[in-house]
Amino acid sequence: MAAIDIKSARKAYGAVNVLHGVDLAIGDGEFVVLVGPSGCGKSTLLRMIAGLEEITSGEIAIGGRRVNDLQPKDRDIAMVFQSYALYPHMTVAENMSYSLKLRRTPKERIAAAITAAAGKLGLDQLTERRPKALSGGQRQRVAMGRAIVRSPKAFLFDEPLSNLDARLREQMRVEIKRLHKDLGATSIYVTHDQIEAMTLADRIVAMNGGVVQQVGSPLDLYDRPANLFVAGFIGSPAMNMIPATYRLANGTGVAEVAGGHRLPLAGSFPVPDGTAVVIGVRPEHVTVSPPGSGGLRTGVDLVEPTGFGSILHLAPFGQPIKAFSLDRSLGRDGAAVDVTFDPARLHVFAEADGRRMDPAG
Amino acid sequence: MRRNPVLTVLHRLAIGLYIAFALFPLYWLLKVSVTPNDLLYSEGVRLWPSRTSFEHYAFVIANSEFPRFFLNSFIVSGSTAVIVTIVAAVAGYALSRFAFRGKYWITALMLLTQMFPLVMLIAPMFKILSPLGLTNSLTGLIVVYTAFNVPFATFLMQSFFDGIPRDLEEAAMIDGATRFVAFRQIILPLTLPGIAATLGFVFTAAWSELLFALMLISGNAAATFPVGLLSFVSKFSVDFGQMMAAGILALIPAALFFLLIQRYLVQGLTAGAVKG
Repeated sequence: MAAIDIKSARKAYGAVNVLHGVDLAIGDGEFVVLVGPSGCGKSTLLRMIAGLEEITSGEIAIGGRRVNDLQPKDRDIAMVFQSYALYPHMTVAENMSYSLKLRRTPKERIAAAITAAAGKLGLDQLTERRPKALSGGQRQRVAMGRAIVRSPKAFLFDEPLSNLDARLREQMRVEIKRLHKDLGATSIYVTHDQIEAMTLADRIVAMNGGVVQQVGSPLDLYDRPANLFVAGFIGSPAMNMIPATYRLANGTGVAEVAGGHRLPLAGSFPVPDGTAVVIGVRPEHVTVSPPGSGGLRTGVDLVEPTGFGSILHLAPFGQPIKAFSLDRSLGRDGAAVDVTFDPARLHVFAEADGRRMDPAG
Repeated sequence: MRRNPVLTVLHRLAIGLYIAFALFPLYWLLKVSVTPNDLLYSEGVRLWPSRTSFEHYAFVIANSEFPRFFLNSFIVSGSTAVIVTIVAAVAGYALSRFAFRGKYWITALMLLTQMFPLVMLIAPMFKILSPLGLTNSLTGLIVVYTAFNVPFATFLMQSFFDGIPRDLEEAAMIDGATRFVAFRQIILPLTLPGIAATLGFVFTAAWSELLFALMLISGNAAATFPVGLLSFVSKFSVDFGQMMAAGILALIPAALFFLLIQRYLVQGLTAGAVKG
């Protein structure tokens, strides 16, 4: 187990910069998830840590030791690939023991390690099978087994669940979390799935365009997204983004949206009156009540029942927004509802640079 | 789903016709090789002679230089196949996996060598090999065949390496292997079909090569079998029976070779490596 330190790590392919100086300190035993859309540089960063991509500039240290010029084999890390990358000509046991054999581990120790790992992953009956005789979930487990048989300094996961169906993904997610709880190994996990990021991470690193957008606990990112990108990326259904103009009225801020409607904000913001802002509000924070309860009257355009609740498509001020409601009775096409917004639940972002703004005082 | 039986019959018939068409020359080779000389011309185009004999085979094996040709061919083709495959495997791996300066030009150059008719190159080849003492020698032939087969074999091997996911060797390198160990223990075993195909391709090409063998070799000592076959053509007659018998004998090693490697030629060894 080891801490991983990344200092202004940059990656360029020729003149194309894919990673613009990443700084990140990952604690010993921490589970960090790198999340972002495809092409954001998260996999590149992971592969740089693994030693599969050269570091253009900057420094990566594993357990206090600079690894920039170390071969992957000398970095003592384990990696689970999206494709699993199982050796097709080897049995499950051979796949899992390959790294130990390369390290000339004594036979008895190898056998013990395989038995332990196979037991932990429920592969006991399958150790003599070849990968092609396994199901997707089993292959995924073998790939995990290959990583845990030796005790590496860190586990790297490169979208390990992307090839599984939804049910299996949920199940493996729990297993990975449990495994991390048991082993306490430093883990870096790359995914584009924000649910995986939210559920697994101690800390999430949200990336976009080769730049780290925000680092924080899952709830931090959810409750206080640092900018429009994080706000839009984390959470499903996604946060509503409403363009507005900031106004100061009686010492408190309001957001003036299309049609002149004014949404009161949680306080005054350190920007001049008339600044263009974007108001973000999560669908579950749009309060929908039966008509006559007060608030903005609007019609329900479309209903997406999820069973747990309903996603209502509304347009209270000419702009489409989504609301999530647990009250099924509200969910009828064409029905009228009243909508209110809790000022404390409104996120305010500067339109100019997308940055989050907090009320003064 | 059951298919229309008429269609099935037509389908089989078409395949049968094609096979008959493709194999007929071989059949004729066999037929002539067992036809006694006195029946060769008298029976015309009968599909099978009224009397068969193995006298041509006996004569070819016992009284001609054929066994020597055979051995020469075997040495030349075998060595060429092995050398070319090793070179092509390494070169193909490099082309498949690495980005390096001049890669485009090396590829282009290799393609270029495949564009010239071989006839054009005979005179310069002879000029190069003669002072080196490599004419009239099996080594000379091996060198020439190797040079001519490496480019195509490299492309062939490259395409096989391209078909093997990079993840596999990356996984091996993270597991603690050097790139070379990953190549040897993970990638090569998965490329066996490719290696078998390359071996087979080069072996057959060298086995049946006539032009260079004819030009670079004089005399029987270093003659390969295609050159040797011409010795059955004399000034006044062609000994068809013996020639065909020698031809049949020459087919045996090539056929055996493919029999040996055919199980590697069957693809699908990589199934299950990655998501499938």
